[in-house]
Amino acid sequence: MSPRTTTIAKAVNEGLRRAMEDDPKVLVMGEDVGRLGGVFRVTDGLQKDFGEDRVIDTPLAESGIIGTAIGLALRGYRPVCEIQFDGFIYPAYDQIVSQLAKMGYRSGGKLSLPVVVRVPYGGGIGAVEHHSESPEAYFAHTAGLRVVTCSNPADAYFMTQQAIRSDDPVMVFEPKRRYWDKGELDPAAEPLPLHAARVARAGTDVTVAAYGPMVRTVLEAATAAEAEGRSLEVVDLRSLSPLDLDTLVASVERTRRLVVVHEAPTFLGLGAEIAARVTERCFYHLEAPVLRVGGFHLPYPASRLEEEYLPDLDRVLDAVDRALAF
Amino acid sequence: MTVPVVGGPGGRPPQPPLVQLLTPEGERVEHPDYSIDVTPDELRAFYRDLVLVRRVDAEATALQRQGELGLWASLLGQEAAQVGSARALAPQDYVFPTYREHGVAWCRDVDPVTLLGLYRGVNLGGWDPAEHNFHLYTIVIGSQTLHATGYAMGVQRDGAVGTGDPARDTAVIAYFGDGATSQGDVNEAFVFASVNNAPVVFFCQNNQWAISEPNERQTRVPLYQRAAGFGFPGLRVDGNDVLAVHAVTRAALDRARRGEGPTFVEAFTYRMGAHTTSDDPTRYRIEAEVEEWKLKDPIARVKALLARTGQAGEEFFAAVEAEADRLAEHVRSECLAMPDPEPVSMFDHAYRDPHPLVAEERAWFAEYHAGFEQSGVDESGLAAAAQAQR
Ligand SMILES: Cc1ncc(C[n+]2csc(CCOP(=O)(O)OP(=O)(O)O)c2C)c(N)n1
Ligand SMILES: [Mg+2]
Repeated sequence: MSPRTTTIAKAVNEGLRRAMEDDPKVLVMGEDVGRLGGVFRVTDGLQKDFGEDRVIDTPLAESGIIGTAIGLALRGYRPVCEIQFDGFIYPAYDQIVSQLAKMGYRSGGKLSLPVVVRVPYGGGIGAVEHHSESPEAYFAHTAGLRVVTCSNPADAYFMTQQAIRSDDPVMVFEPKRRYWDKGELDPAAEPLPLHAARVARAGTDVTVAAYGPMVRTVLEAATAAEAEGRSLEVVDLRSLSPLDLDTLVASVERTRRLVVVHEAPTFLGLGAEIAARVTERCFYHLEAPVLRVGGFHLPYPASRLEEEYLPDLDRVLDAVDRALAF
Repeated sequence: MTVPVVGGPGGRPPQPPLVQLLTPEGERVEHPDYSIDVTPDELRAFYRDLVLVRRVDAEATALQRQGELGLWASLLGQEAAQVGSARALAPQDYVFPTYREHGVAWCRDVDPVTLLGLYRGVNLGGWDPAEHNFHLYTIVIGSQTLHATGYAMGVQRDGAVGTGDPARDTAVIAYFGDGATSQGDVNEAFVFASVNNAPVVFFCQNNQWAISEPNERQTRVPLYQRAAGFGFPGLRVDGNDVLAVHAVTRAALDRARRGEGPTFVEAFTYRMGAHTTSDDPTRYRIEAEVEEWKLKDPIARVKALLARTGQAGEEFFAAVEAEADRLAEHVRSECLAMPDPEPVSMFDHAYRDPHPLVAEERAWFAEYHAGFEQSGVDESGLAAAAQAQR
């Protein structure tokens, strides 16, 4: 397959397709993933090509989806579950946190649970309540899970397959408002390791770390900052658990300033953890405290307010200014 | 608020009939749908299982009382439900237990000592599920019914149902309690199993209590009747009758293996002891109820049948007692010999693939711990010092 331009949604689809071709044990399951191809069409065409036994339209019950996926994994399958929207993952929270995350540990390493949970997440699509949330920190907080998120088609394609190959359970958060963003995909390229962060844009003055939907926002902020003579280094974290701190610390040691950006509320969010750890490792390098840009400590507001709620280019640049002012 | 209950005498709904093949008095009776031919050997084997399992349970309770276990969940009274059902399993069948299925574990050749690890606190479930086709104990009420259903869906995808090959066709059995039937997961498992026609038997031990809550707090219909609403058969069996439980479970497993889908078996039994060693049932139930159920003891009726029909005599009963004593001694001595795990071993197996954060914390902990050893202070030394100060 040759390099081409594609979207994140199509790249996930191709990643799933490749994984299903490579391993007959890979299953796709979830609400409306079969005939419809998923509400975002991410699983489009898979049931037609792989059959109803491998692409399963499940009953409308999230705990049931994860619980039966665990059973399938115990029987030797590698289920990839789709949770239709971020805000509907909570009925499955118990199965994810108490069973999926802990069963391997409980077994003393005798059992492996190669289950992938795909979650379209984040706001910015003008949706009704429960369709715009960023629940990734709940899962990053849970030992036993791996948590990753993609920001571009190439990562979407490779991370999907890497997550499926992992013998640990992996949560893949997909930035739903970026599903139709275009980017280059070279299926023959050598992918980064699943848990590596990536310097998405080199710079010298401030490191701005982001992930998922905020990577594009931060890259746009970097372009705008350049016009004002400020050089931002953008780190796409890609993996939220484990965190690739080495890549981040190396960047902060160069720029001496760090701003962390995510859509999720800042209170006890990934930014808080990153600030604590980077401060511990870079205390003598830092010229300013680590600053965070994120959602407010609110339930996700009505969609006519989401532009005010979500971090945007200006809020990122405001934090950059504050970091440089120290 | 009191909820009015319609139905039988005393405001209780009329109780439906049980499938029974052996009365509490030890009389063999027939049932139109379920019959069983038990050879003397088989009957004696059931008796032996029941006695040994009860003895292991009693020994574990004693070990808890003596401080060797943190907790124990006794199966007292439920031996027939567990042995009768588990002895209907084929080797390739797969079991998903709760935390009380010590009798099922016994029938799956899990050394009872292994069961104690979890209750002693030296591990979280020490056996290899694949070795026994017996999953780890599940403590979160109801979760395992979904795992069983998913496993059964995997069995279907492997083409291991309905082939007619008795060594290949596979059924799955999920154990759970009466309280568990109120859980969303159990109801979701019924839905998933039903629409997939999955080869799973839902085996509910209705021991009348969920800690302090009686059946009336969980349901207004007999539990087995729930199955009808999900689209598969359900039935109630005398859970203290090892023969009836065996016949009913065997039929349900066969049905599953033939590819005819799930069955709900409600084994009507009684939790003779406390919920666990931490519980005090005198706060919520009357002794008369326990006394009533003592008359329905699952072991006494098998013994009565064996003795009355001359299928076993004193010599056999004494031999089983002696074997039970030896087993109890094995459980006791092995339990006392169970070492506490190495502290650093807690970092093992949280992930299968390397994880930098766990590796970092493990390294820190190991160094921190080594610091105590070098300075000659171990934790017991610290504890002793603290004790001396008080
Ligand atoms: C989800 C959940 N809620 C509460 C508990 C605490 N708990 C442990 S056992 C139990 C009662 C279970 O009753 P039942 O299902 O009838 O099983 P039994 O103990 O009688 O065998 C409760 C409430 C738990 N383990 N899991
Ligand atoms: Mg109960």
